[in-house]
Amino acid sequence: MRFLLIVICLTALPAFALDKAAVEKLATGEGEERYEAIAKLVAEGDPKAAEVLAAAAEGEIELDGKKLEVMVNNRLRSEIAAALAAFKLLSPERAVRFEAAKALAKGASPAMLALVQKALEKETDAEIKALLEISAASLAMNSGSREERIAAIKRLGDSNSPNSRTLLAAAANDPDPEIKAAAQSSLREVQGRLAWGERAGLLFASVSLGSILLLAALGLAITYGLMGVINMAHGELIMIGAYATYVVQNLFKAYFPGAFNWYLAAAIPVAFVVAALVGMALERLVIRWLYGRTLETLLATWGISLTLMQGVRTYFGPQNVQVENPAFMSGGIEAFTGVVLPWNRIMIIVFAAVVLVMMWLLLNKTRLGLFVRGVTQNREMASCVGVPTGRVDTLAFGLGSGIAGLAGCALTQIGNVGPDLGQAYIVDSFMVVVFGGVGQLAGTVYAALVLGFANKFLEGITGAVIAKIIVLIFIIFFIQRRPQGLFAVKGRAVEA
Amino acid sequence: MKRRYFIKQLAMSAAVAAIGLGSTSLYAQQKTVKIGVLHSLSGTMAISETVLKDVVLMAVDEINAKGGVMGAKIEPVVVDPASNWPLFAEKARQLLTQDKVAVVFGCWTSVSRKSVLPVFEELNGLLFYPVQYEGEEISKNVFYTGAAPNQQAIPAVEYLMSKEGGEAKRWVLLGTDYVYPRTTNKILRAFLKSKGVTDADIMEEYTPFGHADYQTIIAKIKKFSSEGKKTAIISTINGDSNVPFYKELGNQGVKATDVPSVAFSVGEEELRGVDTKPLVGHLAAWNYFMSLKNAENDAWKKKWADYTKAKKLPYAAKPLTNDPMEAAYIGVYMWKQAVEKAKSFDVDKVRVATYGQTFKAPSGITSKMDEKNHHLHKAVFVGEVKADGQFNVVWKTKGPVKAIPWSPYIAGNDKKKDEPALMAEKKK
Repeated sequence: MRFLLIVICLTALPAFALDKAAVEKLATGEGEERYEAIAKLVAEGDPKAAEVLAAAAEGEIELDGKKLEVMVNNRLRSEIAAALAAFKLLSPERAVRFEAAKALAKGASPAMLALVQKALEKETDAEIKALLEISAASLAMNSGSREERIAAIKRLGDSNSPNSRTLLAAAANDPDPEIKAAAQSSLREVQGRLAWGERAGLLFASVSLGSILLLAALGLAITYGLMGVINMAHGELIMIGAYATYVVQNLFKAYFPGAFNWYLAAAIPVAFVVAALVGMALERLVIRWLYGRTLETLLATWGISLTLMQGVRTYFGPQNVQVENPAFMSGGIEAFTGVVLPWNRIMIIVFAAVVLVMMWLLLNKTRLGLFVRGVTQNREMASCVGVPTGRVDTLAFGLGSGIAGLAGCALTQIGNVGPDLGQAYIVDSFMVVVFGGVGQLAGTVYAALVLGFANKFLEGITGAVIAKIIVLIFIIFFIQRRPQGLFAVKGRAVEA
Repeated sequence: MKRRYFIKQLAMSAAVAAIGLGSTSLYAQQKTVKIGVLHSLSGTMAISETVLKDVVLMAVDEINAKGGVMGAKIEPVVVDPASNWPLFAEKARQLLTQDKVAVVFGCWTSVSRKSVLPVFEELNGLLFYPVQYEGEEISKNVFYTGAAPNQQAIPAVEYLMSKEGGEAKRWVLLGTDYVYPRTTNKILRAFLKSKGVTDADIMEEYTPFGHADYQTIIAKIKKFSSEGKKTAIISTINGDSNVPFYKELGNQGVKATDVPSVAFSVGEEELRGVDTKPLVGHLAAWNYFMSLKNAENDAWKKKWADYTKAKKLPYAAKPLTNDPMEAAYIGVYMWKQAVEKAKSFDVDKVRVATYGQTFKAPSGITSKMDEKNHHLHKAVFVGEVKADGQFNVVWKTKGPVKAIPWSPYIAGNDKKKDEPALMAEKKK
């Protein structure tokens, strides 16, 4: 059958520019045959071949109206990608050529040297030309004459890619002293730039973790920090926010699939309101009867946390649920070569900053904020001047809970959403608030950033397990030496 | 009081049956036999283990519908050890001493298995363990229906070393910090060294259970992989940490064509919570994939879909099957066949009868329980993640592979026997 097909293809060959035998081999070939077929198609340079290759990478090609299944694996995929990059270098569109040149600069195979040089001759755009020169230089590194090699080494000094570092490091041990010296100086340049990239990456990771810690702890900074309620159900309020986001996502999927990318815009207020309502109900029904009785509050809220978890488990199931990122939150931008800043993390940093500013405004610029601060500083006095302390308590607790809900909404974009979600954050939240200093918003912010940085910095050196241990031990010692945290509240309020 | 009387009666009847004196007086009442189901239904492992409980119950329903085992109806006793390792031991003891179950199907993590092992050995119980694990264990009281390292980890690494797999030269061994990943990585390190890989080309990293922030680790991997040689990641991350790991991998632009990763604990069920589009091409090694095309698998998948619908299980909207489910299902049938061969529920007799049992598995092969080492012979598949969360099989073994629980890559194992140490009890 296959033989027949090939015969048919061969006889039909003159009529079609595309090598059908090669196309068929893509689907049915064994071992190396498939890769030889790709090479053949590239060599022909027919633009139709590019279409066929792209289709093959997706797993299906069409031949004479018949669909053939292609067994795709990573090797085939990367060989096709390289072949397509070659096609793209000759594309009339600048953006396409630029992408292709960028891909090649990360590492091209020696077989492509001729093609790169051909593209270089034709290229007029300076930026693409620079990229292609680097590719050509890295290919010439091992093959050209002595002069060519030195020129290539100098050229590579301007490159940002880790691939050049590898090549230069190898050349730095060259027996030829001139090549050696040139390679060493180029290597220093490249390494210097790459090291900056790594530092920037580490800084970003720290700020990102810090922003997550901050979001998780902000709500607690109000309920525990300002109001003094040890709320063990704080984590579950985060979890409720996450599940609210999940429900909104499902509603969007079912009713407005066209606007799916914007579901987060609706999920943010919903998560806030749902968590705030649950928090206010908690305060009204349970916590208000226990003000001033720390131990009982702790036990009661812990019980509530278990109840909420089991409730969600019963209703939504013990399995984690899937919250999809909207399209614009997937992927990232490449700040430096090799350092990609994921969009979801950037968004969360921005979101945390916005929530922080809003909360600050609410507490410092509104009447409710004034009342909350008044009640926390001196309950009796506030009551005397006519502040409805009971209602202020409920609203403040609702605000803290709502912010926990917002944290839950943000966390859906980076982690798991399951009934146990809150358990992972409750310890961290308390750690941040206590470390920062109870009763201080600024303290919470600094503590979140410091802990984020300490965690990420140590992780780079000791690995994740030890880093976590070191941070916890540090906190224990810190709290022993300075029980009031980073920032102490001064004055009478301390005794209250 | 009545209940206790009933249990006593049951115990008595089981005991009588065990001695093999199927007396006529028993025919008067409805014969039943109890089995234990010991899977976490809450806590961190609930994600993976809940389906195993359900698939065992499905197999039991099927067997009961066809008249049960030796005329006795199977009565499953489901307990929830709540992802709490000591509680596993407690519940196992309860199943064996109070409920007097004939056999237990259960456990997922190696920690939980290690925790119940002494209980089963002390009380001479029988456990069918359905998950791939690190080996280094043979107990006469356990049948391992999941893969040993040579049936999963080693073939997967060999695939990545092959030309088709990308000829990886540098290796990142990344895992959760507990016994299974540590042991597996010890074996893999020794294996890689035997293939000429140096220590400088191996990076080993561990994260705590439930770790959610993989930024620095992925940055490290990117740096490690940019140092010249083709790099591959071997992931033994377990539980729901996989979701943030894969999300970060996708977002940071680590493509499978550049740095492929192969996972040993990630199947269809674990990918349920992940957007798989950026992960296309990353690999997993198992002995079963839902996407396998054969009549046995089609029938099994249909049964599972119907069962989830009939029982209104939470996953009825998107019923998935995976490797440990297949292993759990095989386990129930192997036990049934062994009981029928032994004509007894007695643990020692059933154990001997289980040796050499075969079952037409959904993976498309006829799976056989080894005559000696308590492990199943299994075919090995390597699959690539597709955009829809299923796996595309890119490599498989020619046929079933015999398990080598004592890995030859760990020093001193060559002296250990490939069968459980049987004590004098055999003659009892």
